[in-house]
Amino acid sequence: MVEKKTVKCRKLIGVCVMVIVLLPMASFAQIPVHSDSAFPVPPLIASYISALASDDRVIQKEAIIALGMTGDAQILSFLEEYRVGSLYIWTRPDGQQILVLGGDETTQDDEAVVPLVSPYGLANMLQVDGGILYVSLDAVEEVRPDRRLRRVVKKQIDSLRNQINLMDSRANVRRSAAMDIGFSDDPAAIPLLEKYLLLERDKWVRVALDTAINLLKITDNDPTVRVTAIIRLGELRGEEAVPALMLVIDGSEDEGIEPDFDETVRAAAVTALKSIEGWAFYARTVQTIFRGLSLSSILLLMALGLAIVFGLMGVINMAHGELMMLGAYATFVVQHIFLAYFPQSAFDYYFLVALPVAFLVAGAFGLAIERGVIRFLYGRPLETLLVTWGIGLILQQAVRQVFGAANVDVSSPSWLSGGAQVMVGVFIPYNRLFIIGLTIFCVIATYLFLFRTNTGLKIRAVTQNREMSACLGIRTGHIDALTFAFGAGVAGLAGAALSQVGNVGPDLGQNYIVDSFMVVVTGGVGKLSGTIAAALGIGSLNKFLEPMLGAVYGKVFILGLVILFLQWRPSGFFPAKGRGLETK
Amino acid sequence: MLVSQESKRGEWPIFSIVAFCLLIVVPLLNLVPGEESFFHFSDFHINLLGKYLAFAILALGIDLIWGYTGILSLGHGVFFGLGAYCMGMHLMLQIGDRSVYGSALPDFMVWNRVTELPLFWKPFSSFLFTSGAVIFVPMLVAAIFGFFAFRSRIRGVYFAIITQAFALSIWLLFNRNELNLGGTNGLTDFKILLGFELSDPDTVRGLYIVTVIALIGAYLFCRWLVRSRLGKVLVAIRDHENRLRYSGYSPAAFKLLVFVISAGLAGLAGALYVPQVGIITPSQMGVLPSIEMVLWVAVGGRGALYGAVIGAVGVNWARSYLTTNFPDIWLYFLGGLFVAVVVLFPNGIVGLIEQAQRWVGRIFKSRSTDELAESKERSVP
Amino acid sequence: MTDRGSIIYVENLTVSFDGFKALDALSFFMDYGELRLVIGPNGAGKTTLLDVICGKVKPDNGRVIFGRDADISTYREHEIAQLGVGRKFQTPSIYLHHTVRENLELSLDQDKSVWAMLFRQLSSTERDRLDEILAMIGLAEKPHQIAASLSHGEKQWLEIGMVMAQDAQLLLIDEPVAGMTDYETEQTGLLLQAIAKERSVLVIEHDMQFVRQIANKVSVLHEGRLLCEGSVDEVQNNEQVMEIYLGRG
Repeated sequence: MVEKKTVKCRKLIGVCVMVIVLLPMASFAQIPVHSDSAFPVPPLIASYISALASDDRVIQKEAIIALGMTGDAQILSFLEEYRVGSLYIWTRPDGQQILVLGGDETTQDDEAVVPLVSPYGLANMLQVDGGILYVSLDAVEEVRPDRRLRRVVKKQIDSLRNQINLMDSRANVRRSAAMDIGFSDDPAAIPLLEKYLLLERDKWVRVALDTAINLLKITDNDPTVRVTAIIRLGELRGEEAVPALMLVIDGSEDEGIEPDFDETVRAAAVTALKSIEGWAFYARTVQTIFRGLSLSSILLLMALGLAIVFGLMGVINMAHGELMMLGAYATFVVQHIFLAYFPQSAFDYYFLVALPVAFLVAGAFGLAIERGVIRFLYGRPLETLLVTWGIGLILQQAVRQVFGAANVDVSSPSWLSGGAQVMVGVFIPYNRLFIIGLTIFCVIATYLFLFRTNTGLKIRAVTQNREMSACLGIRTGHIDALTFAFGAGVAGLAGAALSQVGNVGPDLGQNYIVDSFMVVVTGGVGKLSGTIAAALGIGSLNKFLEPMLGAVYGKVFILGLVILFLQWRPSGFFPAKGRGLETK
Repeated sequence: MLVSQESKRGEWPIFSIVAFCLLIVVPLLNLVPGEESFFHFSDFHINLLGKYLAFAILALGIDLIWGYTGILSLGHGVFFGLGAYCMGMHLMLQIGDRSVYGSALPDFMVWNRVTELPLFWKPFSSFLFTSGAVIFVPMLVAAIFGFFAFRSRIRGVYFAIITQAFALSIWLLFNRNELNLGGTNGLTDFKILLGFELSDPDTVRGLYIVTVIALIGAYLFCRWLVRSRLGKVLVAIRDHENRLRYSGYSPAAFKLLVFVISAGLAGLAGALYVPQVGIITPSQMGVLPSIEMVLWVAVGGRGALYGAVIGAVGVNWARSYLTTNFPDIWLYFLGGLFVAVVVLFPNGIVGLIEQAQRWVGRIFKSRSTDELAESKERSVP
Repeated sequence: MTDRGSIIYVENLTVSFDGFKALDALSFFMDYGELRLVIGPNGAGKTTLLDVICGKVKPDNGRVIFGRDADISTYREHEIAQLGVGRKFQTPSIYLHHTVRENLELSLDQDKSVWAMLFRQLSSTERDRLDEILAMIGLAEKPHQIAASLSHGEKQWLEIGMVMAQDAQLLLIDEPVAGMTDYETEQTGLLLQAIAKERSVLVIEHDMQFVRQIANKVSVLHEGRLLCEGSVDEVQNNEQVMEIYLGRG
């Protein structure tokens, strides 16, 4: 640790010294930089670039570092070109040598030539007549960094990119740039970070900058600075600081780093670590709850249509998964239509169109299935199970032939990508949030449809007593078709939602159908509240068990729990108790 | 609605003829005529038929639980798979050092850096133990699962869905490498069984004959079962389980017995399947194969034992034919079969045969007992 | 009351479905060898009372004492049936795909364990008993007919025969004559009276003519409570009974 610190200090001092040394050198550099472009080269930068042609590796290296410190986007491009080896010394026809970049090699009159490009601003150099200036490869001499220098260049490129990203308009880009710098072990960046910290408005970027600064200060020479930094890291509670703090406490044998020699620093680190870990546990709990809620909402959305069709009509719809798949493919098609026929600016709204389209497409298929087959099978749930399974297979194969067996690409609209940081360590993606909202909307809409509309009244009437309803003039056939189509439509919505969080392929339905049925069975038939309770229970339990058991064992475990649960409550959470003498 | 009484006339002659053909005629046609002869039954086809007949044993089990007792299990792929894996483990150990890596351990274990044979593999080097395990392991699993399911009166579609979830879970489990059962790739590359080379045509014929004998045994056993007074209880469970309960029976015990027996038959089928096909993977025991097995019985005609056999052989023959010649059609055909068999032919092939018999009978104006019963049925207001 | 005491005694029985009290602290008893009719308007809790006795419904509160046994309200259905309680449901509940004789044979009082059903054959006394019951329920001509093809009345008789075959001490019979012709109704009445010579029978019925034909004692249930008990005439002249029947139209 001590040794490393010394090295760093030496480096820092070295940079300062070299900048001072290089300044006068620039004035008598033999090879000037070409500056014939829209961007006038700042003299200081020109002198650093010139120094790259030096024979002295130390000068070259310090010049690269100095370039890296400029924070200039043009230098980033230059360094990237330099790294791949296209910096040349060009001997002009008048005998003067200047530094230029070369473009892609081509041949002219059987001779290898390169177009010349200005190092700063990367503009093509022109001939007198305005054409692009090509010169023979013989007329230029390559200035190529060796392996060790290339490594230095790489580091400076990263640093430059981070510096530039710190000025980006997008907050998450600024955040990750700040964290990158924080992990760079380069204390020279501290002043820069502090400057941006003063300017930054976004809360989470400020946290990142603050964390980065203190991560860099953790290797400071002064123990009090280190202690202050560690205390601050403890206050910030970011888990990013854990590895650095562990190094302070334990060191690392692999990297040859010893624990901090100062006991107060180590003690501070222990305290900070405790604070961070305590918070991390809390944050993980919140995150798990959210994940559970998210999974529950997906399960509920998938099971909702099933529960309607099973609860109200006694039909086991095994093609429900395929109806979801159709909804997802409908979304895919709508997306394509938007890409092909609408301006780019309208693309973000495609999903709002896709939702009702998915509902209608799946609903139409549901209607066809009900009228075509299901209506002959009322009162025989096991038969409907087999038939709908068969229909599911046919739909799958049809989709496979139309769209291909591979997954298709459904991209999220910009307002569904990304997410919100709600607290340190808890990040909530917008698409998950959207699905929770959509699920709540669907549940409320279903409830209102069944209990507040005339049609809903008729549906419930047919469920309770088909013959009597028919006698009262309800067209039971229409009601059956409508109920089934509604359930199918909800499946379509679920499919559209799933297209935002998972893969869309012909076997999308197969992957979800068993889970959805578990929810319906656990919830009990005939009551939406049971389905909701079951979805919440299974979803959160799943996310709770997953970190401990892994996904597969978690699932097996949950199946076991459901079977045990049914020992206690054979008809699910909220069974519909009746007085009727049911037989099967 | 469902076929409950097998037609009693002429059953034994037909049974004897079919058994004779399968057991004696087919192997002779394989052995005696030259390969160019029209009557020659090739090794390939005898192997294929052996596979179908193994499936027929499984179908008998499903017919017992579904056709007779009215319980739809969508998890029989698991029991089939358990039997198959037990036999597969024995065959894996038989390979010995003829494996790719030349180690006494199965190849996938070498690949997964397992250095010692896991404890639960060890007994499977004994053929005697294996032949017991192929039946008793699935039965034990079925007993545990069935005990909890039937005790809490999970039935009808609930039972179907729970068994489907069960199939999914077991499939997920068997895909895991740490179970030491070969993960997704399953068990394969078998070489010998009881000293016989599996690739030898004589062994193929031998396995076929063993399968036929097992099928005949299973058929006779099932027949005895459904003809016994217990068989009547099973049909009563299908017709009206609650009535049975108020008559003083505990349906759970009967259901459990039949579920366990049918799991044992599935395991036996799996064990006969593996050496003939040469591979067992988790994909044979998942949700899709399990529900397909139910379809065999539905196509053949549930509630009639010979229907299960016809269905298993017929559907699997169609599968072999279509997946080879028209691979794109197969899923349409399978899906269409599910729809057709439920909506149009609820009694399957057996139902069609019986209907044809009635038509023939009507043409000859001989009023068979079937028809008498039917005409009475129609007279009910 | 005879010195043998009551065959069934329910005490303080409460059953509720989703807040609706089907039985409300009902107490009720019946003597050995009695033929009792229970009447009451719809929703009075008649069927629920039978359901609780035979174990179909578990009461929220209260006890059910059968004969000299302890509280049977926690027993499972088949255990109660084996103790000697037989139940005939309102809609014919028979095994449609079995023959008439098989229906009766399954119901016989016998060892109903799995092993016995597998290996034991019917004894000659048991076969005689089946013939006897077939004659009593008027189906001696049709022992091998599939039950599904019987007429509605015959199905009802078959189910009564099944309960008889069960050799139950207490028969719970729910609306046996609903949907029957007058002739069938009369035959059913005679059948029940014949049964009641050896056993205790509890019948729910709406048909007052039928009630008058067979009953010597009638209990009236109303809103889950016992309203009154007595002979047919006593009950019919009871003011409360007239009010609930006539008042409701």
